[in-house]
Amino acid sequence: MQEECLLTMRRIDKRFPGVLALNGVDFTLRAGEIHALMGENGAGKSTLIKVLTGVYQMDGGEIRVEGERIAIHSPQDAQNKGISTVYQEITLCPNLTVAENMFIGRDGGAWVRQRELERRADALLTRLGIPARSTQLLGSCSLAVQQMVAIARAVDMKCKVLILDEPTSSLDEKEVQRLFDLMRDLKSRGVGIIFVTHFLDQVYEVSDRITVLRNGELVGEYLTEELPQLQLVSKMIGKELEELSYLGETEEKKTASAETFYEAEGLSSSDALPFDFSIRKGEVNGFTGLLGSGRSESVRAIFGADKVTGGTVRVNGKPAKILRPIDAMKHGIGYLAEDRKRDGIIAELSVRENIILALQVMNGMFRPISRSESEAFADEYIKVLNIKTASRETPVGSLSGGNQQKVILARWLLTHPDYLILDEPTRGIDVGTKLEIQKLVLKLAEEGVSVTFISSEVEEMLRTCSRLIVMRDRHVVGELTGKDLNQTQVMKTIAGGEA
Amino acid sequence: MKKNGRKLSFAGLGQLTIPLIAIALLVVFNLIRDPGFFSIGISHNNNGNAVLSGNIISIINGASELAVLAMGMTLVTAACGGQDISVGAAAAIAGSVFVKVLKAGASITAGTVILAFLCSCLVAMIFGMFNGTLVAVFRIQPMIATLILYTCGRSVAYWINGGATPTVSSPIVTGIGSFIPGIPIPTPVIIVAVTAILFKLLFRFTALGLFTQSVGINGSAARLNGINEKFIKLLSFVILGVCVSIAGCIGVSRLGLINHETLLIDIEMDTILAVAIGGNNLGGGKFKLSGSIIGAYVIQMLTITLYAMKVSSTDVKAYKAVVIILLVVIGSPVIKERFAGWAARLRGRSKKVSVKGAEE
Amino acid sequence: MRKIKALFLVTMLALCCMVTACGKEDDGKIKVGVVNNPPSESGYREANVKDMEAVFSEANGYELKTFYSIKNDEQLQAAQGFITDGVDYLLISAAETTGWDEVLKKAKEAGIKVYLFDRMIDVDESLYEAAVVSDMAKEGETAVNWLLAQNLPEYKVIHIQGAMGSDAQIGRTGALDAQFASGKMKKVVQQTATWDEAEAKKIVEAVINSGEDFNVIYAENDGMAKGAVAALDEAGITHGTDGKVIVMGFDCNKWALRELLAGKWNYDGQCSPFQAKIISDLIKSGKAPASKKIINEEKGFDAKALTQSDIDTYGLGE
Repeated sequence: MQEECLLTMRRIDKRFPGVLALNGVDFTLRAGEIHALMGENGAGKSTLIKVLTGVYQMDGGEIRVEGERIAIHSPQDAQNKGISTVYQEITLCPNLTVAENMFIGRDGGAWVRQRELERRADALLTRLGIPARSTQLLGSCSLAVQQMVAIARAVDMKCKVLILDEPTSSLDEKEVQRLFDLMRDLKSRGVGIIFVTHFLDQVYEVSDRITVLRNGELVGEYLTEELPQLQLVSKMIGKELEELSYLGETEEKKTASAETFYEAEGLSSSDALPFDFSIRKGEVNGFTGLLGSGRSESVRAIFGADKVTGGTVRVNGKPAKILRPIDAMKHGIGYLAEDRKRDGIIAELSVRENIILALQVMNGMFRPISRSESEAFADEYIKVLNIKTASRETPVGSLSGGNQQKVILARWLLTHPDYLILDEPTRGIDVGTKLEIQKLVLKLAEEGVSVTFISSEVEEMLRTCSRLIVMRDRHVVGELTGKDLNQTQVMKTIAGGEA
Repeated sequence: MKKNGRKLSFAGLGQLTIPLIAIALLVVFNLIRDPGFFSIGISHNNNGNAVLSGNIISIINGASELAVLAMGMTLVTAACGGQDISVGAAAAIAGSVFVKVLKAGASITAGTVILAFLCSCLVAMIFGMFNGTLVAVFRIQPMIATLILYTCGRSVAYWINGGATPTVSSPIVTGIGSFIPGIPIPTPVIIVAVTAILFKLLFRFTALGLFTQSVGINGSAARLNGINEKFIKLLSFVILGVCVSIAGCIGVSRLGLINHETLLIDIEMDTILAVAIGGNNLGGGKFKLSGSIIGAYVIQMLTITLYAMKVSSTDVKAYKAVVIILLVVIGSPVIKERFAGWAARLRGRSKKVSVKGAEE
Repeated sequence: MRKIKALFLVTMLALCCMVTACGKEDDGKIKVGVVNNPPSESGYREANVKDMEAVFSEANGYELKTFYSIKNDEQLQAAQGFITDGVDYLLISAAETTGWDEVLKKAKEAGIKVYLFDRMIDVDESLYEAAVVSDMAKEGETAVNWLLAQNLPEYKVIHIQGAMGSDAQIGRTGALDAQFASGKMKKVVQQTATWDEAEAKKIVEAVINSGEDFNVIYAENDGMAKGAVAALDEAGITHGTDGKVIVMGFDCNKWALRELLAGKWNYDGQCSPFQAKIISDLIKSGKAPASKKIINEEKGFDAKALTQSDIDTYGLGE
């Protein structure tokens, strides 16, 4: 590993209305290293990266690349200066082909023949082992593949600095490994990689150095091997180790009552094959399986999010017809969707309006929640869930991912549901918030609320669920309870064969 | 609490800044050009009633149809992310129905006028529903969907009465289009005020505003929160239908005559412009009704100013276009952001500055 | 299913939008094909179409086929169709002045006699028997001459024009422009309202608000005159035979003539849509006219001389 400084950022300041997002932050990236940038939501990671990529203009400080002081005016400018980014949310165009997405908006792109571009794209895709053809529409690829195409695009631009902002949050284990191989490959060629993620294991697996931010300030820079995982967490949340002890102790799970709240027989939708399912009052169960195994589609069928095509449903023992979301809501079911940006938040509306939305829908058009009432609701949940927002009237789109997720949680909690379906509530959010959400789930269960919890982190599910439904290739292939609830057994069942 | 309230009003003003500045500039310009431009006088009309007169009255009165349509259009824009270009043609239909019903009876009484209005309302709502169905159910782009009615609406209007310019003359109709004896304010202005109040009540006593904005900003999320997306879109078109009928009836009552070819001609473009000048996003989502109303008055003020300057009416459209391009460009996010940047620098760094459109 | 629904709706609408008109087969009668603009175009056209249908009726020994469109190419096709059907006479009021050469030549070859009405076409005179048209410039002259005959001490005119570039606008503007140029009349304002009544009202309102004095409103059609009068009424300015302002309109709609009769307006110029009688007479006589271009005689009505029978005879619409 070379010690030569590829990128140095010194005393970076960035202000937003009412918020100092970055306060004199330093960051150094050496050539040929993978550098993890860590911090909770709102710590300033995204802002720092947006400053580096020219999305925001900094209010103070300096950036040097290979010792030379530079100013970055726009994302295009950053790319030209060798700084490429793959963002957490896919920012490519789904209605263009894979090849077009890889070469769009790049200098000289217009001069090259399309055929040649496609050949080049295919060659790169094969080299990186990405299961996509250059001519297919990007929108027809899975989220994971779209993400990898975005990375391929950056790779093709022969960047000096590659920024990966939550690249693994929608990839499965195999794809993650493929990505890591690729990262190591790039590192050996002297590319400096900034890796932003919430998966601590991944940080330790692949990174050389860690920089921790908290509340817009630098906490410190550490060699990965010299910083134990628990210490990293404590630096991120700024609490001492003892306070984190509950991390390992949340194992005790309440046994749910015997009463069944919801049961479905042969439930199917346009996207989900028929399956049976039931949940008792106060039970926390989970759906697990690889991406595309049908776990999200199944819970969507329960909520009536897709067109329901068959099956019988009983709620509280009485037959129920749940064909549309509003039916499910009237039966006391809430659903936090997997894709927060597309299916969850109403970005331009305020935190307050987002929080009251579901309750307002249940009340109906003609019983509007009064302004003062809605303000009280918003204030209450901002406090209870510790939502970090400038005010309750801030547009929810300007909040960090974890806080957006909390807003949606607040929205459903406000409806006082009997049964809450949480699909990937912890995706792309920081450790502290993850723990808060897990604790909340267990607390809800104690109060008698049934919860279905889906997460791509099996550990998280093991901590919260008393029953795991395992899916593979759109079929339920197993149900794990009691002693079987351990990582090995889950992996075995997911993988299939002997389980 | 108080602080938040103030912040909100400031943010709201942010959207209204451009149209308000436009009005202010037009006022200053006119005062320099002719200090007496805004004088209001009281004169007696030919029916012997004392009425207000003057350029301001002409502007506010003349913009009535536009203001009513702009309100409805704002709702459609917010919910569907597109505009209805058939409002002029639909207003011709509504006006024709109004006249048809009025002429059907032996004499015109207050009762027949109300009946005629209700009939025209019903017809306009049905046509609104037709547009709405194409947009909400068949997911056709609003401009394309409404192109159908835009093209054939005026022919339909012709069939209703079978004559090119049927006339109605009745003191009641004149009262609606001009002045009610004893009230010095033009009736169309009162109708606009009543419509605005009705809208205000609609948003106050229903959750329509929240639902419409949710559907417009993120239809998928709105659906998953139990909102009936199709119904909301359809409803916006039906409400616009009511506005269309009101505008059509005002237009007819002003002259006591319906000319299906010229009634509210080209008003669809002015309506869309009013919505845009009011700072509303034509791509749907958040909206401000007051912005669109002010936008309507800006357009009318501009027209009247140009007329007062005796600009040849063939050139009026060109001048209008220039001013409107300026307004829309100044109101664009790019310029707004730049401007906010300058403002922030001017005010100095010590103060906290509210910048619209900044993220995170 | 949805697609079928959509298709059905659209087709229904398309059907509704089409104007369909068919003639009936009958022998021993003179077959006449009329290509015209649709009656919905204006009150003028409506009267024109009705007049054609009334004159070329079965009772008068005709078999009439009609086609109405504002599109030139559709009109051309229809004319072609009438030639193929073997009509005896082809009557045309064209949407555009160009593109008719071929069709008219074919008609001539087939021995079909062509009459133009209302609008001229850019073709050789030999291709048609006669053209019966209005002279818009003469309409303007008649009106201005009437105005001069009023012997006002001074003329301060608000001139509201029709759609710029249309025959009616050019013709009716010409005579007045000459007066403005000579200085006999003063132009207070000259604006186009594009035949829009509401626009006409705004123009007059702007003049009233500016405080400028005027005593004549010369509107190039009845609708715009009505718009102008609405502005006068609101401002309390008297008009008509006993009023301060002289109101002039064109087209002789019945409702407009009634305003004249009531003394609220002063003058209405005719634009006669009645060409059918002249053409029918030519066909029945079998003689070629002295000149290819026949100017349809048009009157101007003074409020003081107007009678109810004039309204019944010359008024358009109801």
